[in-house]
Amino acid sequence: MPNYSWPAMDKRRVMGQPIKRLDGPVKSSGRAKYNSDVHPKDMLWATLVTSPHAHARVTAIDLSPAEKMPGVTAVRAIKKAGDEVQWAGMEVASIAAINEEIARDAARAVVVKYEVLPHLVQEQDLAKAGTRAKPAGEQVSGDPDQAFKDADVVAEGEYGVPVITHCCLETHGTVVQWNGDHVEVWPSTQNVSGIPAQYATTLKVPANQIHVHMDHVGGGFGSKFPLDLWDAEAAHLSKASGGKPVKMFLDRETELTIAGVRPSAYAKVKLGAKKDGTLTVWESKTWGSGGFQAANLNADLFPYVYRKVPNRRVNHSGVSLNAGTARAWRAPNHPQISLISCSALDDLAAKLGMDPLQFFLKNADLTSKPDVYREQLNKAAAMIEWSKYGHARPDQTKGPIKRGLGIGVNTWGGLGHDSQCRITIQADGSVEVDLGSQDLGTATRTMIAMVAAETFGLQVSQISVGIGDTNFPPSGGSGGSTTVGGVTVSTRKASVNALGKIFDLLSPIMNVPADQLEAIDGRIQQKGNPNKAMNWKQACAKLGAQTISAMGENLSRNAPKEGLINQGVSGVQMADVSVDTETGVVKMNRLVAVQDCGLVVNPRTAESQVLGACIMSTCAALFEERVMDQQTGRVLNADMEFYKLSGIGDIGEILVHMDISPEHDARGIIGLGEPPAVGGMAAISNAVANAIGVRVGILPLTPDRVLAALANRRNA
Amino acid sequence: MSSSKDETKNKRKNAFSRRGFLQGLGAGTGVLSTGILAEQEAQAAPAAVSGPDAVSIMLDINGKSVKATVEPRTTLLDTLRNQLDITGAKRVCDRGTCGACTVMVDKKVMYACTILAVDAQGKKIETIEGLAPEGKMHPVSQAFWDNDAQQCGYCTPGFVMAAKGFLDRNPNPTYEQVKKGLGGNLCRCGTYVGVRKAVLQAAKTMGGKNA
Repeated sequence: MPNYSWPAMDKRRVMGQPIKRLDGPVKSSGRAKYNSDVHPKDMLWATLVTSPHAHARVTAIDLSPAEKMPGVTAVRAIKKAGDEVQWAGMEVASIAAINEEIARDAARAVVVKYEVLPHLVQEQDLAKAGTRAKPAGEQVSGDPDQAFKDADVVAEGEYGVPVITHCCLETHGTVVQWNGDHVEVWPSTQNVSGIPAQYATTLKVPANQIHVHMDHVGGGFGSKFPLDLWDAEAAHLSKASGGKPVKMFLDRETELTIAGVRPSAYAKVKLGAKKDGTLTVWESKTWGSGGFQAANLNADLFPYVYRKVPNRRVNHSGVSLNAGTARAWRAPNHPQISLISCSALDDLAAKLGMDPLQFFLKNADLTSKPDVYREQLNKAAAMIEWSKYGHARPDQTKGPIKRGLGIGVNTWGGLGHDSQCRITIQADGSVEVDLGSQDLGTATRTMIAMVAAETFGLQVSQISVGIGDTNFPPSGGSGGSTTVGGVTVSTRKASVNALGKIFDLLSPIMNVPADQLEAIDGRIQQKGNPNKAMNWKQACAKLGAQTISAMGENLSRNAPKEGLINQGVSGVQMADVSVDTETGVVKMNRLVAVQDCGLVVNPRTAESQVLGACIMSTCAALFEERVMDQQTGRVLNADMEFYKLSGIGDIGEILVHMDISPEHDARGIIGLGEPPAVGGMAAISNAVANAIGVRVGILPLTPDRVLAALANRRNA
Repeated sequence: MSSSKDETKNKRKNAFSRRGFLQGLGAGTGVLSTGILAEQEAQAAPAAVSGPDAVSIMLDINGKSVKATVEPRTTLLDTLRNQLDITGAKRVCDRGTCGACTVMVDKKVMYACTILAVDAQGKKIETIEGLAPEGKMHPVSQAFWDNDAQQCGYCTPGFVMAAKGFLDRNPNPTYEQVKKGLGGNLCRCGTYVGVRKAVLQAAKTMGGKNA
């Protein structure tokens, strides 16, 4: 079997270099075509009629006013009389028309009558959820009751983070043409190769008659895996409109209402420690909602990272709400569980009168990687100058502005999804690398080219990468930080296999045994001997009329034993905030991220991933919250003015340390989409508590919540 | 009252214009007819009335005169994207919040989702496609690439245009000015650190001169 292992760290020419992303020029000159930009000839525009009620039964639906409107080409009922809608924004009918304005007018013309039914859209108060809350069941280890009796210090607290939405800048949607037996699809997806099978089931069209194209996608973050109802509707509308292409992209309000959310998580926590700071017992009762189908939080992850606590009792209740459903969100479960865990640990440290850094260090033996976390905590502490700015709660400085530091931790899996890669080398020296993957802005395209270039001894500019097309070999959906693992292994194997064929071809010509050849610096040469060499073009010219084609495959089940990729990373984030105790405004000063991710393919784009994750965490800590109105059952802030994201001035300074070292490198490649998106909320919440001396339990840390927490302390 | 309502209705039916609308209201409400709005309207040249059906207009986009057929309610953004296949400006919030549709109108940085196409007639509209010919990069775009100031890239064209407009007015900005000056654009992937560096680099490469 060929040797697929990565070149030694000090021998790599391309991998490990901060190469600029290949699609940077088209993206930053505005010429990148996203599928919301494509406009095939004769394209029609589609829109949805959605329910204004959070829970209702459709009693009548009349499409005829819309059907009669000039310019309308197709109208379809999604719900019929007698059907129930379970959340506001649920799809009721769909429309296609010759332009967008007519489609919208027609949607308003459809008459739907409802019998309004009772709804529940808020879950923060568990007592009001009644039978809509479903406990998952208590999990107990050790003897928590005895441990609380034995503990020297016991702390209790309430924490939580509301539902937030993915808020992808490119909304969910698709352009699709269903013409005869054939379906052409231009979706906005994280899952190019997975689309045909999903459409085939829904449309009853053979999957091999469904062709997907996607060069770029405007954000996914976990919300763009499935074929959605509106995608299927768009296809049906296309067929009903004589096979013309149809564009169905959600408007912003619908996007924020029904296209996916991260579940909320609220908690009552009690935990105890010995006088010396050793954590001995954890107990949490948590609840939250991911919409109508109550998503369950994986309570087994408590207390986050510090899971080896000897005594533990956890129970989680999922609450079903009449609201849009949950979808995967960067590191499902982890950010919420990190927030609740690290907040409670920090409050316990405060009650012990112990520096939180010392507390997190002291209990590192309760983590699965004590040495790594200790090293990372110390590194992050040095970066944020803990010895200079760290202090006991609260900041004793005079004046209204209080400054504080806080800690959050992360962990995640990795490995790689199933992926197949095909490499084609022509006699002119051109190298084409094709796989049905997608680049979510994580620089997947760039890393594929880097692995191929490394293997062939070429520059990245000499590699042509084809992704985002189902004519290419299938590659998995981009989720769970598995993409870089999947595509780099399949590309490496295909490249090594293709190179082997070139060596076989050249061996008799160069009079060197094939296993004594190497590809380096644009040449094929006898190992270590640049005098016995051919340059890449000369070598490929020997192909004559032949073309080399080679495949490579990553099978997720085999990946662990092959050793090219790995799983299990650790990271630490520390925040430095200033809180204005008169206005309640929290200002980010600095956020530090120390992250290990194995072999780093591209330090430039890897750092961008960590920076982005830190900024997303800041958004969730300070600004983001889906606000539901119990009276009307609707989302009150389904727009980007009141559903707040941070701006360029809101994030402070961010310092990233990628833990690149021979030991980490030797583990192989590990994905980086999820882990750095976990610990930031906890770090920021803890920093605010450190600054003002009181816990603001529920995120986001808005001025009203900060002022209320301060008022409670004064009144206590 | 009913007659004045009918009058309003008739005017709106025949010609939907702000002027007609205000006059209609004015017949029933004395306040507006003597108010500031009415005064301004009286001083303005007679309004060109168009709509409610689609009308043919000419727009000056990236130095070229182009024809479009729009309803009065159609935004400049939708006209660019849906009719003219000029898709660098993105429709994200569609409500003047996020800046993804940023263009320049008569040298001013504007959100194309907040301008009606009919109101953009006679103005010089510059989109990101006008910054450099295809295959070439404007120094601001180059700086965004060099500093990895994009991930998914959907906010990037708007950011590039906002940065260009900002640098036109502030050729030598400080870091603090960049953080304030680019506050009208939102990114979801979290590329702000790269954007800050990119704007400072672009200022440097353009030598403090207007782009």
